[in-house]
Amino acid sequence: MKRKESPRKRGTLKRILRYVGRYPVALVSSVLLAVVTVAATLWIPVLFGDAIDCIVGAGKVDFDTLKTIFIKTACAALVAGVSQWLMSLCNNRISCNVVRDIRKDAFAKLGALPLQYIDTHSHGDTVSRVIADADQFSDGLLMGFTQFFTGLMTILGTIGFMLLTNWKIGLIVVVLTPLSVFVARFVATHTHKFFVEQTGTRGEQTAFVEEAIAGLKTTQAFAHEDENEETFDKINARLEKASLKATFYSSLTNPSTRFINNIVYAVVALVGAIDVANGTSVLGAAFTVGGLTKFLSYANQYTKPFNEISGVVTELKSAFTCAERIFELLDAEEESSDTGNADLGNAEGRVDLQSVYFSYTKERKLIENLSLSVPRGRRVAIVGRTGSGKTTLINLLMRFYDVTDGAVKIDGNDLREITRRSLRRNYGMVLQETWLKKGTVRENLCMGKPNATDEEIVQAAKAARAHGFIKRMEKGYDTELSEEGGGLSEGQKQLLCITRVMLCLPPMLILDEATSSIDTRTERKISEAFETLMQGRTTFIVAHRLSTIVNADTILVMENGSVVEQGAHEELLQRNGAYAQLYYAKG
Amino acid sequence: MKKVFSYFKNYKWQALLGPLFKLLEATFELLVPFIVGLIVDRGLGENIGGAYPNADIPFIVKMCLVLVAFALFGFLFSVIAQYFAARTATGVSADIRRDLFRKIQSLSYKDLDRLGSATMLTRMTSDVDKLQSGINLALRLFLRSPFIVFGAMLTAYFIDPDSIGIFAIAIVALAIVVYAVMLICMPLYKKTQGKLDEVTLSTRENLTGARVIRAFCREEEERAIFDKRNDALNKGRKFVGGIAAITNPLTYALVNGAIIALIWSSGLQVQLGDLSQGSVIALYNLMSQILIELIKLANLIVTVTKAAACGSRISSVLEMQPSLQVSEDGEKRDEPFIVYDRVCVRYNEGADEALRNISFTAERGDTVGVIGGTGSGKTTLVNLLPHFYDTSAGEVRIEGRSVNEKGMQTRLRERIGVVPQKAVLFKGTLRENLLWGKKDATDEELWNALALARADGFVREKGGLDIPVEQGGKNFSGGQKQRLTVARALVRNPEILILDDSSSALDYATDAELRAGVKTLDLTAFIVSQRASSVMHADKIVVLDEGEAVGVGTHEELMRDCSVYREIYFSQYEKEGA
Repeated sequence: MKRKESPRKRGTLKRILRYVGRYPVALVSSVLLAVVTVAATLWIPVLFGDAIDCIVGAGKVDFDTLKTIFIKTACAALVAGVSQWLMSLCNNRISCNVVRDIRKDAFAKLGALPLQYIDTHSHGDTVSRVIADADQFSDGLLMGFTQFFTGLMTILGTIGFMLLTNWKIGLIVVVLTPLSVFVARFVATHTHKFFVEQTGTRGEQTAFVEEAIAGLKTTQAFAHEDENEETFDKINARLEKASLKATFYSSLTNPSTRFINNIVYAVVALVGAIDVANGTSVLGAAFTVGGLTKFLSYANQYTKPFNEISGVVTELKSAFTCAERIFELLDAEEESSDTGNADLGNAEGRVDLQSVYFSYTKERKLIENLSLSVPRGRRVAIVGRTGSGKTTLINLLMRFYDVTDGAVKIDGNDLREITRRSLRRNYGMVLQETWLKKGTVRENLCMGKPNATDEEIVQAAKAARAHGFIKRMEKGYDTELSEEGGGLSEGQKQLLCITRVMLCLPPMLILDEATSSIDTRTERKISEAFETLMQGRTTFIVAHRLSTIVNADTILVMENGSVVEQGAHEELLQRNGAYAQLYYAKG
Repeated sequence: MKKVFSYFKNYKWQALLGPLFKLLEATFELLVPFIVGLIVDRGLGENIGGAYPNADIPFIVKMCLVLVAFALFGFLFSVIAQYFAARTATGVSADIRRDLFRKIQSLSYKDLDRLGSATMLTRMTSDVDKLQSGINLALRLFLRSPFIVFGAMLTAYFIDPDSIGIFAIAIVALAIVVYAVMLICMPLYKKTQGKLDEVTLSTRENLTGARVIRAFCREEEERAIFDKRNDALNKGRKFVGGIAAITNPLTYALVNGAIIALIWSSGLQVQLGDLSQGSVIALYNLMSQILIELIKLANLIVTVTKAAACGSRISSVLEMQPSLQVSEDGEKRDEPFIVYDRVCVRYNEGADEALRNISFTAERGDTVGVIGGTGSGKTTLVNLLPHFYDTSAGEVRIEGRSVNEKGMQTRLRERIGVVPQKAVLFKGTLRENLLWGKKDATDEELWNALALARADGFVREKGGLDIPVEQGGKNFSGGQKQRLTVARALVRNPEILILDDSSSALDYATDAELRAGVKTLDLTAFIVSQRASSVMHADKIVVLDEGEAVGVGTHEELMRDCSVYREIYFSQYEKEGA
């Protein structure tokens, strides 16, 4: 791990810079405005120093010079203010846009990830990468931009001025201050690991909380709150500890650098005052009290960017860690590309499985040497005990997963040689686990056919027997559904999912327990619609309800990943094997 | 916000000591211009023709040593302050997270349906994080800034009482700027945070709904929606950022204006001999210090306003009253084991009743079947028993006592085993999941429950009780999950078992075996189903149709008297031939 760290870091920096580089105008303006701001802010103490030299003592105040100095000062302050504001706008723009771009890429990535990734990675952790990490990264970036450039330029400008006006003091300052940079770096390198620990624990907690929230009803039903709290408290305590360490140690940077800078201030005061007392001449003019004042305000102004830069360093550290986590997501292996693959077009619906092998994990084999040929328009029912591999078969047909060996073909085209979109557009799918998004009923129904007319929608809903309850809802088809359709019963959700498919009429259908949560009275009413829907369409049905199965052309009986029986209803009953056993167990 | 402040109680010493040490540090900083003034006025002595013949070098050295000492003490004090600030911030937010988690766990089903999980998650994670860094910064700097500002004014007063006017005006003007920006930004931050919620929602939905979205080829539309939300968030953030960014330049201009006024007016006094040059330098330095402090404060305000917005969002959850009503313990009635007494349920004010006037009773040991169409109110009916929902009229009684009674609350849910419609398992091992039912169950008890639920077979095959369960139970099929949730409910050996359509993902054979297994147990069972076969052998069947009990009785009675039941029955048996 350690050895690999530094090249990867460089990679991270490069990638961040690439994102930032997309905004060249803002970036260049920001730098130019920073120069203007710094120049103006550096000039003002000089002017004030001169002003102080104008008021040496009683009766010796030069008001005329004061006036011109103050006019200059006012102009400088105005320029500094305006350019600083514009600079902030640029920086704000850059950091906001960059985080938007990164989020956009991350989201696009989610669409390109194989389902395997989504199925096996905690959703909470992924969400926290896209949301919380991206936010923290943007905060760090903003701070970096606002303070890094101006800080750096202030330092350079100050050093230049000091060396020119009084090289002795200037030299002392230049020699002493690297100490504070050194201290800041020391603190930063030693706190990085605490930040990593904090981020990791936070991710763990997010994952736990997400699961706890998702299963909250179950938790309450089992009065399992206490145990959950115990687990939560344990993670929480660890997070508190890691957080304390990260926060405290990183906050040491400021006092340490300030300490060194205060010492520098004292030394400047000492050497400067002695120079003034001795009337030391610098560049042909005596070093005055006004000159000392300039130096002191510079010493002050000069320490500020040092403090800020070291603060920025810690902030950037954690921003970096967050960026790494986002990039990790962006680097996850994508689904094999569809480019170069042919568009399937409108499929006829001939499906072939040729000695297919598949397993989710290497250790456990699931489907082995499965071959099957389904002519167009056939109705295939897949039955079998729970866990026999029915859903897996569907994962393969839709190409949610790729086969390990063998091939699945549609109209003779290997699925791996056609685009996923064109394949899936040919399928209508209703799954047992209903999924609805937050939005109106209408939006949910139109997923497969965004341009559907109201008439079509109502017609589909009527066919699916969903029209009745939709109309009874508060705003009918425009009722807002909450996240994951909360508020609707499972059955109602399923009816909506069926309507969704009824609306787009693809040439092939997959019904995975499509009616499991619908009562049989309603099911009977929609069965007619289903019949018309299935007419001439190649259909795969996973069902427990035998009524749906009996009418199938072919019934596949699955056991432990392989097809043990295959044939029509009567045929299989006569065989008196696995199917007959399932069938007669019904009563 | 009040709620959030109450969390400082446990850290009052740390929260007090942090700023206190910070103030000590600030005091030393305030004294620095004073010392510099002394160096100029007393150390250098009188300026005679541009030279300082009376300069007191040892005094200058001494004063500079004092400056070094100040630096040292300042360092020590601020390290201490940082520690206490970090301790308070992390402690307070850990406590808040703990209570938030508890609060969320205590919300009723109704509240959960309404709030949505994305919001709850952001409040628990990113909101608390922002609050934490806000507290940390506030403790370190928030008190320090006003202290330095007013301290500088006070010091200025000692040096030159006449300067107080300029200082006062400058400070008031600055305060107005800072306050106005804060006032404008606060609600805007809250609004952008709401937009962040939407972005979170999009992200989550695209993980949970990956299959459906891909099946419908909706990836691009989803991306467009996300981009729109993302852009709206971006726009909102840029807008607030632009307003917040005005603070620094404005304060900068104000302070410099004040310095001009200050030097001018002290110039007049120096001319008259009322003020020394060293004092002018001191005054100038003090005003600069105010500026530096205010710039820090302005930067801080951004973080603190964000934190405050997060804090009030957190508070609103913490202050939520769980909507379940709890009544005082009443008289125990002499009546059957379970009584539904003219029960009505309404989810929302003004909405139609989900259940209307339901009455029936059940004796101990009875099996009660609940059958009815989709959305007829079956789940709601049984969810009243463990008091997951409130009734809007009527009541549910167990052993003659209302389930709403205070004394029933904790015991109630321990006596009832629930197998919910949606099979939910939790990350961990299978054993951990099963022990939810009963903490101290032995292996034998667990295997018994698994056997009853017809889950022992595949569990043994997969490797026994200690097999891992992935998040959401993803490594089990729907049917397996359902059987495992049945087993989990049986482990606790409940007095009342609720099977809420728990066999929908099971094939008929497994379903029948499972019911036969349950039948052998000594418990009162509620079986919710849409299958007539699942309920027909029950002692009593409640037939629901659109929230009304259209029939209560045995299978035979209902076949005779209840048309809805008959319809259901024939829809399942006619074709398949019973």
